Amino acid sequence: MSLTLRAKRSGRVDRTKPLSFTFDGKTYRGFEGDTLASALLANGVHLMGRSFKYHRPRGVITAGSDEPNALVSVGSGARHTPNLRAPQVELYDGLVAKSQNAWPSLSFDVGAINNFLSPLFVAGFYYKTFMWPNVAWKKLYEPIIRRAAGLGTASSEPDPDHYSTRFAHCDVLVVGSGPAGLSAALSAARTGARVILCDEQAEFGGSLLSELHATVDGKPAAQWVEEAVAELKALAGTVTLLPRTQAFGYFAQNFLGLVERVTDHLATPDPKLPRDRLWQVRAKEVVIAAGAHERPMVFPDNDRPGIMLADAARTYANRYGVRPGGRAVVATAHDSAYQAALDLKAAGVSIELIADLRKEANGPLPMAARAAGIRVETGMAITGSTGRLRVNAALVSKLGTDGEEAIPCDLILMCGGWTPSVHLFSQSRGKLVFDDARQVFIPGESAQAERSAGACKGSETLAQAFEDGFAAGLDAAAKAGCAQGKATQVKLAGVLDAHGGFLGAVPHPHDAGRVKAFVDYQNDVTAKDIKLATREGMRSIEHVKRYTTTGMATDQGKLSNMNALAIAAEALGKPIPAVGLTTFRQPYTPISFGAMANHSRGDLFDPVRKTATHAWAEAQGAVFEDVGLWKRAWYFPHAGEDMHAAVLRECKTVRDSAGVFDASTLGKIEVVGPDAAEFMNILYTNPWSKLEVGRCRYGLMLNEAGFVMDDGVVGRIAEDRFHVTTTTGGAPRVLNHMEDYLQTEFPNLKVALTSTTEQYSVVAVQGPNARKIIAPLIDGIDISNEAMPHMSVRLGKICGVPTRLFRMSFTGELGFEVNVPADYGQAIWEAIWAEAQKYEACAYGTETMHVLRAEKGYIIVGQETDGTVTPNDLGLDWAIGKAKPDFVGKRSLTRPDLVKADRKQLVGLLTVEPQTVLEEGAQITLIGNPPAGTSALGHVTSSYQSAVLGRSFALAIVSAGRARMGETLYVPMPDGPIAVTVTDPVFYDKEGAKLHV
Amino acid sequence: MRFSFLNLAKQALSAHRHWPEQWRFPEPKAAYDAIIIGAGGHGLGTAYYLAKEHGLRNIAVLEKGWLGGGNTGRNTTIIRSNYLWEESQGLYEHSVKLWENLSSELNYNVMYSPRGVMMLAHTVHDIQVFKRHVHANRLQGIDNEWLTPEEAKEFCPILNISPNMRYPILGAALQRRGGTARHDAVAWGYARAASAMGVDIIQNCEVKGIRRDPSGAVTGVETTKGFIGTKKIGVVAAGHTSVVMGMADVRMPLESYPLQALVSEPIKPIMPCVVMSNTIHAYMSQSDKGELVIGAGTDAYTSYSQTGGLHITTHTLDAICELFPNVRRLRMLRNWGGIVDVTPDRSPILSKTPVKGLYVNCGWGTGGFKATPGSANVFAHTIAKDEPHPINAAFTIDRFKTGRLIDEAAAAAVAH
Ligand SMILES: Cc1cc2nc3c(=O)[nH]c(=O)nc-3n(C[C@H](O)[C@H](O)[C@H](O)COP(=O)(O)OP(=O)(O)OC[C@H]3O[C@@H](n4cnc5c(N)ncnc54)[C@H](O)[C@@H]3O)c2cc1C
Repeated sequence: MSLTLRAKRSGRVDRTKPLSFTFDGKTYRGFEGDTLASALLANGVHLMGRSFKYHRPRGVITAGSDEPNALVSVGSGARHTPNLRAPQVELYDGLVAKSQNAWPSLSFDVGAINNFLSPLFVAGFYYKTFMWPNVAWKKLYEPIIRRAAGLGTASSEPDPDHYSTRFAHCDVLVVGSGPAGLSAALSAARTGARVILCDEQAEFGGSLLSELHATVDGKPAAQWVEEAVAELKALAGTVTLLPRTQAFGYFAQNFLGLVERVTDHLATPDPKLPRDRLWQVRAKEVVIAAGAHERPMVFPDNDRPGIMLADAARTYANRYGVRPGGRAVVATAHDSAYQAALDLKAAGVSIELIADLRKEANGPLPMAARAAGIRVETGMAITGSTGRLRVNAALVSKLGTDGEEAIPCDLILMCGGWTPSVHLFSQSRGKLVFDDARQVFIPGESAQAERSAGACKGSETLAQAFEDGFAAGLDAAAKAGCAQGKATQVKLAGVLDAHGGFLGAVPHPHDAGRVKAFVDYQNDVTAKDIKLATREGMRSIEHVKRYTTTGMATDQGKLSNMNALAIAAEALGKPIPAVGLTTFRQPYTPISFGAMANHSRGDLFDPVRKTATHAWAEAQGAVFEDVGLWKRAWYFPHAGEDMHAAVLRECKTVRDSAGVFDASTLGKIEVVGPDAAEFMNILYTNPWSKLEVGRCRYGLMLNEAGFVMDDGVVGRIAEDRFHVTTTTGGAPRVLNHMEDYLQTEFPNLKVALTSTTEQYSVVAVQGPNARKIIAPLIDGIDISNEAMPHMSVRLGKICGVPTRLFRMSFTGELGFEVNVPADYGQAIWEAIWAEAQKYEACAYGTETMHVLRAEKGYIIVGQETDGTVTPNDLGLDWAIGKAKPDFVGKRSLTRPDLVKADRKQLVGLLTVEPQTVLEEGAQITLIGNPPAGTSALGHVTSSYQSAVLGRSFALAIVSAGRARMGETLYVPMPDGPIAVTVTDPVFYDKEGAKLHV
Repeated sequence: MRFSFLNLAKQALSAHRHWPEQWRFPEPKAAYDAIIIGAGGHGLGTAYYLAKEHGLRNIAVLEKGWLGGGNTGRNTTIIRSNYLWEESQGLYEHSVKLWENLSSELNYNVMYSPRGVMMLAHTVHDIQVFKRHVHANRLQGIDNEWLTPEEAKEFCPILNISPNMRYPILGAALQRRGGTARHDAVAWGYARAASAMGVDIIQNCEVKGIRRDPSGAVTGVETTKGFIGTKKIGVVAAGHTSVVMGMADVRMPLESYPLQALVSEPIKPIMPCVVMSNTIHAYMSQSDKGELVIGAGTDAYTSYSQTGGLHITTHTLDAICELFPNVRRLRMLRNWGGIVDVTPDRSPILSKTPVKGLYVNCGWGTGGFKATPGSANVFAHTIAKDEPHPINAAFTIDRFKTGRLIDEAAAAAVAH
């Protein structure tokens, strides 16, 4: 394909570096420096997409990230990426792009039938129909609508790329690198400030890159940009330059989110590089220099391929050296389109007419256009276009007349004026004000440490942009505490100022109810849709937006919002600010999920916490379960064993001889200070003052509502020191709860709280042989039953390592828990294991622990309890210090509902058929086959097969359960009821004799 | 004019010039028989049922902004009734039954789509909790079934059930009748139907005070459009309930938190249902437009600001990318937030109050959209009869005094 549409000037593309790419399977050529859009235009391709609803053929209309029409998919297989904007896709050799939302092809799309049905498919039509019969919505209509909607497709394969994130701090963050942004960055950086400059485009310079004639300090604009960037680069120690990086969100306390596109523009990226990088920046001061968006004109059939924004065409011509057409009609209400006309003319485009909506246009640019021999008509509106896959004529008419003139052309350039980009300012919660004279919203009072500069502030001239930028950079640096800088000025030549603008729908002689004048291109929202919405009572702009979907497309209304607002305001007969403005939400333009998730993926999704014996357990073939962030050994199957067999064996071994268990994941909190006992009295139900040093107690913690929140054994290490243990999952919650009370309710107490969960490894040795196993290893502690009774704690040594040795039991057997500094965890475990083997003891996991404790009727918080269970419900009244004046939850315990007789209470259940194991969570009822709607008496909380009982057993919470001993109840299951007998929850060694040997 | 295909076609002939306003824009009268504060779905629905089922038509709904502009217009529209406690099951199931016929009832397509809501279990504890739900629901005749990971994947083919995930999926609870609806249409549908029956919906009218007589009973409200008299006030102000109830000196057991949601750019259908994971904090569905609709839990701090923190968004999306690894290249289009009012037991309050003539409907937290028709229906009953309907009898304000909590959160930390 020849590149006849390249202008003589090459712009900024490199003609010595040709590239080949495909679009919809056809091969084209472009150059390095091109975007997909510029390269396609250079090949004469304007048709790049189809609209969302009517499937109208569409061409590219912008040269930037605000493009609503030319959305394409790039890449294939797992790297297939939908909905990319052609003007943002940088060309590389071998790029594969496809059009979207068209079938069978972009030029012949069956979906275009919607265009003929469009008289029916007006705004909100779907609210008015598809209602009958009820089920048809889901079964019939919705699937059809869903298939028709949507733009590109998602790949069905997992994304192979990786993403990363960086946190950064700076004195001044400058967003945007046009004249305002670059000058702000320069003046701030010259004071020594740490500056971050970001721009969503591949190159810094913004609008200056499209300037042909302007000179700055006597140099061509592009050269000035180059030197400015070089100066900033030379300050690499303090200045960070981030091209291809958009600031997408402005959060509280000057925290901004940026996303850098790192590899999408490369043909063969280094696999080590992330695809995107999320920057999380805390800036002392921010300069927003985000520019302005050119507005389309809303006129009938303003959407044919070949119709584009005037300044976008100028960018294609000047920056990319592309002639986007041969004969152009320019429709405008702003002087800037005249500059486009002049530049395109210079590039070889014949300008047939400039139709200016304004009554007069006598600024320097219109005068220059006239002087260049271009036909300029004022008071003339563009009122339509013709053509199918490409525009072939513009219809224009003198304002106030019905006559319409068709002017053959293959390009229509339009400019309704410029909308300042106030997105980030608005996200920062600054208040916008409406400038009535110029009909724009501009930044008002700041809410955070930021200032706007240049076009985004409403400044209209290049000179003003520079002035704003230099001043903003100095101000930001000074406020950030950097040195005072010197004021800078530049001398400009070769630029002519441009003013003007028009909002709303262009007047035309057609039946407004029949034509389509698009306001929101992608979502196919027309001027008449907006009027229909207001007619139907949608008077707030938010209602208009939601009813018509204007501004909700992937450009988020960058091109459409102001026109929509003006049309609604006019229809409602209200001033624009009275109709309101929709909220600007992050992200500024769409950002990849991958960038947001970045490193948090696979094993890094959440940190994995492992105990010191993890590798040992793994080597033994343990199966692990996730408990919070922890990996815990669940059971240790021998060859040929399933979980069931392994657990039965482990249970039996512990009861017959002994077992070794890693209890390190339990939370541990050191409560220290002269008021430690008093603090414990408040946080736990139990009394602590009289607990002797060296003794332990089972502690029960309630929340304010009186419900059980956590439990654990607490040892008194010294008068002023408690070793508190918590549940594994509850550790952070309990520490927070303690800190909350200590800091807000009892700041007078002298107590310090320290999490020691990770400081200790805990090896539990449980079973009749437990003492024999540890005895040879212990130094300096008499562990005899007399010297160290059940529920006591001693300090001493094991294998020469300091230990806090607890005598306690969660199995109902004689038991010790050896706490040693975590670094010694594995060594001590192995030493104990060596002894244990002499007694044919086993290592056991959490499942066996669960079974053994359930046989004893010991609860697990979160299993027997669910946040609605009181100590009394659990039969734990003995754990309440009756004499204590107060503890958290005490007052709630006397509330009427907490003392009701029919409260659900902890009981045991034995199935009548002894080998049936109930399902945990199953409901319990009075009768076997209850009709739907029957209230449950309670539910099964824990249920296992027991080795020692030789049968199944369960724990349950049952209404008035303690009064039902011996009663037969039912557990209704889908395949029939299971009869159960209510029993005491302690199934093994009721007297506790085995604990005291 | 009725909404129907026939009328749509007829109006097309005259370029849709004759569609009337969907609701009237009345000036407030001096007094009404009842006033509803807050034109969200619950408030508008309450007015609708007051007019329709209780014959109270001289009533008004006062809205400080635009109708449906609160959480009703910001939520992710998940509908389900497979809650744990019988009280909740009764209320949400009442709602689901009303959803099933709501489009016809209102003559407004609210697009209720029972596409199935699947809740993922990642731990042994999750399994216990979800199975408990399944059993409890079955006893009440509410559908909810347990799926193996393979069955879950069959129901939602893009789900990642690899055992190598950080938190592998161990199973799922599926409610097939659960699904989604179009949020704006619910507000608009109720508004249109209520307005047609004579209910005055007054937008841009903020309630600034509640007037009471010496006995303490309410006599009217002070608003930005002046004083309006009434003997019955229903407060349905979601995140701002505490503020409004404070005007009548009632302190509410509520905390307000920002809750965020986001959507992707629209893509062709990939997601046939709603998938929720409470353990790794994320849920996702796909709208009719093609956007993936994604949410998570609340921000950790109480606030009235409708923007949340970036870390919540990043954490939501990392979870989504783990569950659905093929969406990683898709892009976030729009993120927003709402203020949700949360009670200590995470269940709503639908109740009379200590003040005569003052009723309150609030505390829906992160999950009240699904309840809109049911809640509005029984709240209307409560206001009209001055006593609760059996379905909302347990959702009193003083359960926090008596301790008769309906604690869904503690049971499963399940939201939405
Ligand atoms: C991001 C997000 C996602 C959610 N996702 C789901 C979901 O998937 N499923 C689900 O079931 N629920 C969800 N919810 C919750 C759901 O949105 C709410 O519970 C529900 O919409 C509440 O409806 P409402 O009518 O009570 O409140 P709202 O719609 O908030 O209405 C309250 C109204 O009161 C008005 N008001 C307040 N003060 C005054 C005053 N002084 N005078 C006059 N008017 C006043 C407000 O302007 C507002 O319009 C979500 C919420 C959020 C924020």
